[in-house]
Amino acid sequence: MVKLLNPRDFSSQPGYLDSGYRSTALRGPTKPLIPIRGVSLAAPVYGHDRIAPGDADLTVNGRKEGEPQGERIIVTGRVLDENGRPLANTLVEIWQANAAGRYIHVVDQHAAPLDPNFFGGGRCVTDEQGRYRFLTIKPGAYPWGNHFNAWRPNHIHFSLFGHQFGQRLVTQMYFPGDPLLLLDPIYLGVPAKSRERMVAQFSIDVTEEGYALGYVFDIVLRGENAAIWETHG
Amino acid sequence: MSGQDSTVTQLLGQTPSQTVGPFFAYGLTPQQYGYDWVSIAGGDMADEATPGDRITLEGQVFDGAGKPIADAMIEIWQADGTGAFATEQGRNTRFTGFGRVGTGMLGDGLFRFTTVKPGVSVAGEAPHINIIVTMRGLLMHAFTRVYFDGDARNDMDPVLAQVPPERRGTLLARKTSPGTWRFDIHMQGDAETVFFDL
Ligand SMILES: [Fe+3]
Repeated sequence: MVKLLNPRDFSSQPGYLDSGYRSTALRGPTKPLIPIRGVSLAAPVYGHDRIAPGDADLTVNGRKEGEPQGERIIVTGRVLDENGRPLANTLVEIWQANAAGRYIHVVDQHAAPLDPNFFGGGRCVTDEQGRYRFLTIKPGAYPWGNHFNAWRPNHIHFSLFGHQFGQRLVTQMYFPGDPLLLLDPIYLGVPAKSRERMVAQFSIDVTEEGYALGYVFDIVLRGENAAIWETHG
Repeated sequence: MSGQDSTVTQLLGQTPSQTVGPFFAYGLTPQQYGYDWVSIAGGDMADEATPGDRITLEGQVFDGAGKPIADAMIEIWQADGTGAFATEQGRNTRFTGFGRVGTGMLGDGLFRFTTVKPGVSVAGEAPHINIIVTMRGLLMHAFTRVYFDGDARNDMDPVLAQVPPERRGTLLARKTSPGTWRFDIHMQGDAETVFFDL
């Protein structure tokens, strides 16, 4: 039995049509969403067996002849629901540019070098505490065609399922102190009060001596309905 | 601890959505695009052991100018022909009910799934497939459903009943040849697909 989810908090979410982000103009739905409350549906079942332990180490999973270029980082955090409960055994997928700001995707023609030893895709399943952990390379900023002198801030793309279909989330993780954030229409598309939820925190505790800086990025998905929320008192 | 207030007073803030961007393919649909990385799901979902009638579900995603979109990702999640959803523990065929493809490989933004026609999983509902659409230019994913044109159970379906009659047709796949169903998604315009707030 799947419990009902709290509503999506649209006051924390970007709109479908955004004057700053030009691609939304012909792609964002214009008619109101039709609410279908009372529908509960478990998250998709995917090939758990297709995920290998090494898939979470992007500093290794694309190696051909040596180590990838750039600054090694650790990105970790918990997947929680709104009630603060950890979501165990849930899929987290990431993809990102290399240290020079170039994606391996064939359509990315930014004149920055590919790294033969960096692929840029990773995934893992959260543990019993809802925790995930990736080793990767800090992604570079890259230009895009949205407007004159447009640059995306450093970011890592995230895709999550949660435990229910309605918890699906595709988002981006940003880095603290990035001067490009307040110039980026995609980041600014989110209401000001909730933007910083997409910014990871630097952590000296996660940082590993002599190896890599650590960042913590907790992700909060919709929670189960408070009306049927049980407390263990 | 006893006597705890059963009211949740403070919820954590939901993490905002962002666009999937143009470059998801190597990470989320790698095998389909020829990258050297195992996909967790693809478009070829059913095998001979999957209960149900084999179908092909295909279509295009169109933008507000009527142009096919070649950098969208379509995910589907459905029951098998008996109406049963897979569970992680309980699946005994290759069929999970979850499919995922990008629209960049077949030309003209086409997507295609080979699957089975779902059965009824909740009494009173009509057979349908859940769809999540993401793409560059879409800051939050869009959720819709595919129903099957001509299925008499559509008239009784409680979700279709919540859709204004003149827009219900946007949720119907149409049979184009035996076993092949066509479902186009229109992001905008007169034929804008109905998207749900689930
Ligand atoms: Fe990006």
